[in-house]
Parts: sequence; C-alpha cells; structure tokens
Amino acid sequence: MVSDKDVSYVADLAHLDLTSEERARMLRDLNSILAYIDRLNQLDTANIEPMAQVASRYGEPKDKAGEFSYALRADELSPCLPREGALRNAPVSDGTFFKVPKVIER
Amino acid sequence: MEIDLLTVESARTAILEKQISASALVGSFYQRIEAEDAAIGAYLTLCKERAYKQAAHIDALADKGDDLPPLAGVPIAIKDVFTTRDVPTTAGSKILQNFVAPYDATVVSRLESAGAIILGKTNCDEFAMGSSNENSGFYPVRNPVDHTRVPGGSSGGSAAAVAAGTAVASLGSDTGGSIRQPAAFCGVVGLMPTYGRVSRYGLIAFASSLDHPGPFAKTVQDIALMLQAIAGHDPFDSTTADIAVPNYGDYIGRPVTGLKVGVPAEYFDEGLDGEVRAAVELGIQELKNAGAEIVSISLPHTPYAIPTYYVVATAEASSNLARYDGVRYGLRASGGKSLAEMYRRTRDTGFGAEVKRRIMLGTYVLSAGYYDAYYLKAQRVRSLLSRDFDQAFTKVDVIVTPTTPTPAFKLGEKTDDPLAMYLADIFTVTADLAGVPGISIPCGKSKEGLPIGMQILGRHFDEATLLQVAHVAEHALAARP
Repeated sequence: MVSDKDVSYVADLAHLDLTSEERARMLRDLNSILAYIDRLNQLDTANIEPMAQVASRYGEPKDKAGEFSYALRADELSPCLPREGALRNAPVSDGTFFKVPKVIER
Repeated sequence: MEIDLLTVESARTAILEKQISASALVGSFYQRIEAEDAAIGAYLTLCKERAYKQAAHIDALADKGDDLPPLAGVPIAIKDVFTTRDVPTTAGSKILQNFVAPYDATVVSRLESAGAIILGKTNCDEFAMGSSNENSGFYPVRNPVDHTRVPGGSSGGSAAAVAAGTAVASLGSDTGGSIRQPAAFCGVVGLMPTYGRVSRYGLIAFASSLDHPGPFAKTVQDIALMLQAIAGHDPFDSTTADIAVPNYGDYIGRPVTGLKVGVPAEYFDEGLDGEVRAAVELGIQELKNAGAEIVSISLPHTPYAIPTYYVVATAEASSNLARYDGVRYGLRASGGKSLAEMYRRTRDTGFGAEVKRRIMLGTYVLSAGYYDAYYLKAQRVRSLLSRDFDQAFTKVDVIVTPTTPTPAFKLGEKTDDPLAMYLADIFTVTADLAGVPGISIPCGKSKEGLPIGMQILGRHFDEATLLQVAHVAEHALAARP
C-alpha cells in the first residue's frame, strides 16, 4: 500500500508539489492502479528475460559492420539548429544562454 | 464537389485532372472547418499560410504539366504531438501552449514532400495520455457520429477530422491504442505500423519503446498511400529499421484465398459487448467466405497486458516528461525563488491531472526498492506477451479481434475512474507492447448507430498482408445489405 509519506517522496522525486486535494486523490488512484498491477505476480517470470525494446524481437539484418550498423553514422559535421532557433522558445534568455533562478547560494 | 466524401485517391485525381485547383480545394476545406469544427473541436491550430503556400506549389507543378507527387494536393491534418516548423506544437498540454517548433518531424516533411497539404494540428489527450480525448489541456473532442460521445483517444482529433470530412486523411500516434481505438469509435480506418517502420523523429515522446506514428483515412487504399509516404529508415531515428519498404498498393485487391486468420479466444471473453461481438464475428465470416482459413488460437498472457502497459508506459513517460522544467521551452511559472521551486511550480501549473498521475506512477515504479518488483517484472511479462504473438504467427498470417470492448462511450462516463478508462485499451495495448502492426477498420454499427471496429494484427514489418486482408474485409463488409 502506498502511504501519504510515499506520495510526498515520489512527488519530490518527480518535481511536483501537488495540492492537498491532489495528494489525497493521488493516494487513492495509485493504490487502486497498483492493486490491479499486482496481478503480474501471478506469473512466474524467474527465467524470462526483460524486454526493453522491440528490435530484439524481430532480429536485425546483419551485415559486415555487425548488428544495428544502420543506426550508426559517419562522424561528420552537418547543419544543426542555429542558436537563435534553439533560444526562440526560451522563457527567459539573454540571447546567448538560458536564464534560470539562482542555483548557488552564498 | 462534396469534399467531405473525398478520399486520398479521389482528391489527387481531382487535382490531376484539374477538376479543382489545390488552392481552391484548401479554401473549401477551411470553409468546412469553420462551419463544422466548432461543434467537434478536432483542430487546435490551423496553419493557413503554410497550407496555401504548399497548394500554390502543387498548382504550379500541375500548370507546368509536371508529374505530380503521390499525395499531390491532398489536404491532411497532423496530431499536435508532431513538430511542425514555425507552427505551434502543444501535445495538447498547457505546458507547451506557446511552443513554436523549430523543425519538422520526419513524417511531416515526408508527407509534404509527397505533395500533401497540412491544414492544421489536431486536438489530442495531453501528451497522448488518454482514451477519450477528455484529457486535452484545451477542450475535449466530440465524436462526429454522436456529439454526446467521445471520439476515443488519444488521437481523437485526427480520427474525428477524417470522420467529419474536415480532412481527407490524418496522422496520429499509437502508444496503447491511440490510433486504432479512436478509428473504431469514429468509424474510420486507422493503422499502427510496426515499431521501427515509421520514424519517431519530431514526435513528442510519451513512451519511447511504445510510440508508433501512423495514418487515419476513410479507406484501406488511402492508408496504403499514406503509409507509403512515411515508411522507411530515418537517420534521425536510430530505432527505425533499415528494412526495404514494399509497394503497398500491390497488395490492395489481392485475394485472401489460403491465408490463415487467427481468432484468439482471449479477445472474445465475457467483457465484450454483445453487439461488438456479433459485428466482428460477421467480419470474420466474410473473410472465411472470401477464402481465408479461420484458425482458433490463444494469446494466453492477454489478461496481463494492461498492468504491464501501465508500468512500462508510465515509467518511460516519467523519464521523458522530466524535460519540461521551464528552462529551454514551454511554460515557466512565475514566483519560483530557487531553481527547484521554479521546476515544481512550472510542472504543477503546466501538467493536467492524468499526466501528473502517470508521472507519479512511473516515478514510483522506477524508485529504489520498487524497480525490480514493478518495472523489471513488467518487462519480463512484456517478453511473455511478445512470445504469445511469435508463437501465434507460426500458425497464422494475421489475427482478427474486436478493436474495443464497446462502441464509443459518453463524455464524462469514465473520467472519475482512471482504471475503467485504461481498460478501454484492453484489446489494443498488446500489439504496442509486442511492436507488431495493427489496423482497425469499420465493421458495422450498433443499434444506436455507433461505429464498431475490427482489428487485424500482423507480423513485424508485414503491413502488406494486413492491408491485403483489411481491404478484402472492407469491401465484403461494404457490400453487405
């Protein structure tokens, strides 16, 4: 069972504050969803490999360069987003950098 | 010209034969959107300048008598989770309300290169998290067939635009059913291609190992044309496979004689609505009449798909959504004195309830002490679910199931119970987890006139057979009295 304390701990990890109403609702919803997820424990998976992605399932075409070679590219310069483009959506910037509230206190 | 009836094929022919110019066609679509969309809410943003510019380009090609590209002048809509250069891209979230993308998603640039005209960006559940479109940060979408009902989600706007005739075709994304489920609810065709068939570059990430871009259209033939334009390896997405793309049109019109169609018992259990069951059983009968062999199969781990999905998807989402911190783009809430406080205020203000719920669940299952019990456990069960499909596809060529357990439900019906909402995807999440392709085609209507969808699943990278079977079923069903 998830407790109030767990909700606070996880909210902190996720950089969320949540209002007291949201916390109460979250406690209820997480417990109901996790109770449903617990049915996974009906399965014995001791000898089953975890599956993190799909490509492992269909077997990649292999060439001389080896598996997944198509995912590699030559290390060459190519055009990228110019600084103005990268900064255009910044909430606060000085034209060169993104600006944020002070990080280091003296 | 009745533009709401246009297909990709007929729109292109109309342009090619100069029955109408691309510019005039775009104008007619914007008139129709203005007249119809207020009641439906399928669009979030119209990009008229970009659309008319592309239309002028197509008209110039046509005037010169040049060969026209395959989607020349076809007006389409793009789910607002795909980046579009110089056009707002929100993912249906307040946290990206003012975000203007600096580059085009690969699928967007490929569709435009193929001649398609992008009318606008469609509404969706926030960050594609939802099954009803009620989680949009802006406004819900209503089902064009019945405005008191949901269009499905998360690509509800893209499905509704095609159903309402305010776009000829559209693009969506499917992570747990978000293309096939709304296609079923709105009575259109929706395809989730194989994972790795279509680039995710420029798709705002929800769950990276599960996100699949794919098309909506009125016909299977149109889906083949749309898929042709977007499929294939992309150097900007290392998970796209370098596997040859067939000519999908070649498979449209081929008979299904001798093909083996698997029917999994687990998808026809007591939770299935009686009318949906009857409609899909008739669809299967049509395939049998057309010469396919119907084979009973089992996908035994199906009951574990939803819990597996809600661990894997939320874990990936909690990681992907960590980037929304008010620093580089999107909303920054005011008043945060420290960096950490600024992050929290921004995320508290910008994210909606369902997104927060999933971030919390995902963070929890990844946190110290729970990682093995939940996240690794779910990944192991994902292997089992995937093996179910591997084994089934040694016996059959495709698998046919209902797309959803019920037709479209009412707005507000499931909003208070997240688990009930999650179960709307019970027949679609399995294919996302295994990465196999799936299509939903219209398969009759309920007594109330609500569309019912039939789902066809295939082997990895075998969209061609899916389209072949779907096309035969579509025509047999259309010919039924």
